[in-house]
Amino acid sequence: MRAIGIILAGGNNHRMRELSQKRAICAMPMAGSYRSIDFTLSNMANSHIQKVAVFTQYNARSLNEHLSSSKWWDFGRKQGGLFVFTPVVTADNTNWYRGTADAIYQNLDFLKKSHEPYVVIANGDMIYKLDFNKVLEYHIDKKADITVVYKEHAETANMERFGTITLDEDSRIVDYDEKPLEAKGDTVSCGIYIIRRRQLIDIIEKCAEEDRYDFVKDVLIRYKDQKRIYGYKLDEYWRNIASVEDYYSTNMDFLKPEVRDYFFKQYPDIYSKVDDLPPAKYNPGARICNSLVASGSIVNGVVENSVLFKKTYVGNNCTIKNSIILNDVYIADNSVIENCIVESRSTIKEGSVLKGEGAPRIVIERNDRFVM
Amino acid sequence: MIKKEMIAMLLAGGQGSRLGVLTSKVAKPAVAFGGKYRIIDFPLSNCINSGVDTVGVLTQYQPLRLNSHIGIGIPWDLDRNIGGVSVLPPYEKSVNSEWYTGTANAIYQNLEYMESFNPEYILILSGDHIYKMDYEEMLNFHKEKGAECTIAVMPVPIEEASRFGIMIADEERRITEFEEKPAQPRSNLASMGIYIFNWKTLKEALIAMAQQPALDFGKHVIPYCHEKGAPLYAYEFTGYWKDVGTLHSYWEANMELIDIVPEFNLYEEYWKIYTKSDILPPQYFSAESRVERCIIGEGTDIHGEVYNSVIGCGVTIGKGTVVRDSIIMNGTVTGENCELYKAIVAENAEIQNYVKLGIGDETQNDTAPHIYNHGLVTVGEKSVVPEGVTVGKNTVISGVTDRSDYPDAYLASGKTLIKAGEQ
Repeated sequence: MRAIGIILAGGNNHRMRELSQKRAICAMPMAGSYRSIDFTLSNMANSHIQKVAVFTQYNARSLNEHLSSSKWWDFGRKQGGLFVFTPVVTADNTNWYRGTADAIYQNLDFLKKSHEPYVVIANGDMIYKLDFNKVLEYHIDKKADITVVYKEHAETANMERFGTITLDEDSRIVDYDEKPLEAKGDTVSCGIYIIRRRQLIDIIEKCAEEDRYDFVKDVLIRYKDQKRIYGYKLDEYWRNIASVEDYYSTNMDFLKPEVRDYFFKQYPDIYSKVDDLPPAKYNPGARICNSLVASGSIVNGVVENSVLFKKTYVGNNCTIKNSIILNDVYIADNSVIENCIVESRSTIKEGSVLKGEGAPRIVIERNDRFVM
Repeated sequence: MIKKEMIAMLLAGGQGSRLGVLTSKVAKPAVAFGGKYRIIDFPLSNCINSGVDTVGVLTQYQPLRLNSHIGIGIPWDLDRNIGGVSVLPPYEKSVNSEWYTGTANAIYQNLEYMESFNPEYILILSGDHIYKMDYEEMLNFHKEKGAECTIAVMPVPIEEASRFGIMIADEERRITEFEEKPAQPRSNLASMGIYIFNWKTLKEALIAMAQQPALDFGKHVIPYCHEKGAPLYAYEFTGYWKDVGTLHSYWEANMELIDIVPEFNLYEEYWKIYTKSDILPPQYFSAESRVERCIIGEGTDIHGEVYNSVIGCGVTIGKGTVVRDSIIMNGTVTGENCELYKAIVAENAEIQNYVKLGIGDETQNDTAPHIYNHGLVTVGEKSVVPEGVTVGKNTVISGVTDRSDYPDAYLASGKTLIKAGEQ
């Protein structure tokens, strides 16, 4: 594909509650064996984008560890590859990324040194499959300056993130509302854009001159009449992880056969870092019901309607219901966990009873762990 | 200058004919094991965990699966600038082109490969054992003893000793005598087929013995070195080591993995076993599923009941199906309402609805009782077992079979059903 990719993997927000302490949303474990950024990265790899930059600044350790090798997504090429850009102090800049446009500006050299004519910009916290070649074809077809991927009838939780849009008959965006107080429609921007590289450099440089830092507010909304901004409709599954509720429900979506079939069985595949874990093991007393279990887990208890991530240990006589257990959690014998999200590397003491009321409860427990 | 202290040569060319239809299309080292692994993963992982980063893999029989599994060695971190993993098939030469005719002959034909690394020591491995071993410790022993050749041995029950090559050693562990499969064993130290040679000693022996037909380590090279008076030592290994050369020992080794604390533990962090895995998604269990005493690979969908079994990656177990004491390899689809008892189903097979495997008495197999025994049902890779048939014990099925192959929808115990032709 004649484009480079930019993944905005910047931040986290208060609506992720305690889950935001540890990592950026992009690095959130997802669907048992993946992390959120895998979906966008895999989409780029599968669209044959050869050069991808990931902009990140919020607690990037998890993300860096995950992206430590570009082999997994097949970006380990001599031409191109995977680049991770965190903010750096230079003679003329000591700022963090002050916004998405600023993140691009601070790394403008990456754009200038590339020679591909187009840029695909996407956020790293979205769960979807998309062939960017189709979006680019549409973009060229419409003679658009910028193409914005949108989704109709999106759930309200996603409204304020990238704004709602209004289109004319030709799919040109005529109105763009950022974080509307009262949503005019339920057509939302998915936070995925295609733009000509030279055009992007011009716009971003102009933004920087005027001390404007946000891609949505200062580029898309400000330029909506001046530039030809078109919408590309995404019909398939798309979710954005912006809150604990989104996170919980998106993971639970993977218990549905149609969602699993779409992501796991149909071409193309989603890739992730390989962890070299042994197969999951089920000892006497295990009873698993409508659940996903990732490799390296050992289960001795009852698991219902839950997602168990890698290396989960479930002790004897435990019951886990409607919960999400993140990587490397140890649950000692006789524990009950219901409606919870258990943060990775937690150790749950023997006989614990943890139940969420209404919203899923977030459990972070750092206890000593004695393992053979 | 390129220099490696020790390089490994891994013999992976054998067919392993006692695994029956499991090796009809793949070499034995490429046979699936333990849910997500292949047998060769164990010696390869041992190499990298022992700090041996140069491995030549000698292939000959059905190498396709092996080649694509090994690739450039990425899963084992054996993709190196210098060294790493190299697949070494037999090749045509200006004179005397031949296949690998014996274990040592295969090594002899690759003298040039070994020479290019300037090694001090050569580690000879075979690709058909399940074990975890630190070759560095063995090398330390080799150096300490001033040996020219060290043979890894393990104590076996004396009544089984006549099945192995037996080493007789003094207190210093220096080998004084050895016997190949002796009727009256005088020691219980069995050779594991793992050798460390001084490069000079090995090179000299191989060149001297080059004209020997079917040149073999146990039969020719070791005796030659012994006669020349080279110090040979026995390195005793007491950990878990399993030869998975027969269908029954292969089945047993898999079943040992599902013990609550198995003797061979795959869950140890400090000695990981690496493999190439293509399938990543987690496993799914439906509301009707039941699993107990199992290990299960990635991306498998379980809608039925699975007990005491080892299930590979990307397998589907249909609703109402019961699987007991069985091994099901990657990509196999089992339909609804089946029953599988002591079955070994190879990769990408299809077991259609209402099939029963392993029902009836233990009649001896009619064509190869030394291969198909112990009541096992073996289904070859990409085979199809049609809807509604019942299959007895000590049976084997290979190829795309249909109802016309099963009179009265039944394959009696001890029968062989191998359909030739392209699958």
